[in-house]
Amino acid sequence: MSATPTLERRAVMRKLVADRGDLLVVPGLGSTTYDLAAAGDHPLNFYLWGAMGGAAMIGLGLALAQPKRRVLVATGDGEMLMGLGALATIAVQQPKNLAVVVIDNERYAETGLQETHTAHGCDIAGMAASAGIKSVHSVRTEAELATLVPLLRQAPGPIFATIKVTPDRPPFVLLSNDGVYIKNRFREALLGTAPGA
Amino acid sequence: MSPDTRATATWPDEIYSVLVDEKIRQVAYVPDAGHTRLIDRCRANPDMKAVMLTTEEEGIAMLAGAWLGGERGVLLMQSSGVGNCINMLSLATVCRFPLLMLVTMRGEWGEFNPWQIPMGKGTPPILEQAGVLVHRIDHAAEATETVQAAARIAFNSDRAAAVLIAQRVIGTKAFK
Repeated sequence: MSATPTLERRAVMRKLVADRGDLLVVPGLGSTTYDLAAAGDHPLNFYLWGAMGGAAMIGLGLALAQPKRRVLVATGDGEMLMGLGALATIAVQQPKNLAVVVIDNERYAETGLQETHTAHGCDIAGMAASAGIKSVHSVRTEAELATLVPLLRQAPGPIFATIKVTPDRPPFVLLSNDGVYIKNRFREALLGTAPGA
Repeated sequence: MSPDTRATATWPDEIYSVLVDEKIRQVAYVPDAGHTRLIDRCRANPDMKAVMLTTEEEGIAMLAGAWLGGERGVLLMQSSGVGNCINMLSLATVCRFPLLMLVTMRGEWGEFNPWQIPMGKGTPPILEQAGVLVHRIDHAAEATETVQAAARIAFNSDRAAAVLIAQRVIGTKAFK
């Protein structure tokens, strides 16, 4: 295994969404939802409290519906591992406005920091590349993260990145877990108040 | 209906027309014999984004994203795929995302493959238990009105709705 990670997950998420402009953000259930809330609540965050394995596909549907907006999925390694087929589906669609980032602590933090497959050499970035995603990045350092962030906002997608972080468990930041509210707030911020789609 | 008459069946075209009328923009599917013609029609429509999935639950998540972004979608699958969707259906029901699913049934009418029977038998109660409103087409003549009804309740009442298309309508698969 390579060097011990030094990046801290909350600091990583803050950088991913700093000066976010009109970015649409989908975290995964658990830690990345708390990280995103801690970085600053925003109506164009679609927080997940379930639907494990679905974050990247929510991002794809959103990216296809909003081709002029940039979509960032920022999920965890356990969540991504549960929906790896999405990498193949996204690779076939080649959405230019979608970036998927895995904040990889090599743990299932929500259930007690048990190791995931990435703690045993499983390389999700390698899987994304093999699925057919061409812009794939593995980040371990501040310098690499600083290079990645503008790519996520501007480079042609689909973009996939893993960011290795320390396996600490920062305090919960709990916002609403009311899915109807989170959905309607997002749609109103993005689409206005007109009913229907 | 025998497989030989599938090519002349018009119900897939009638369902396609409903999807056009309902302004469906994203079509998520796992390739399926019963949905072949409908999938082909959707793929040929430049106003529709037809997205091939690796597993049906991807479609539940994708169509949630579509709705967040202001587009309507449909998920096409066969009954065996329903079992792959159960936990992801909580995304639709908890958040009250509109979700329209068209399910071709296997494992019920003259099925030759015993491995299809569990999800053929399980699909209606499993969907009901998951909180989905279940509709059914038992005769091809019911296709238009049933898909219309399901689409309207999905998109106007923000609910998950499934239309089960009976194996008798699709035709029993024969291996000769």
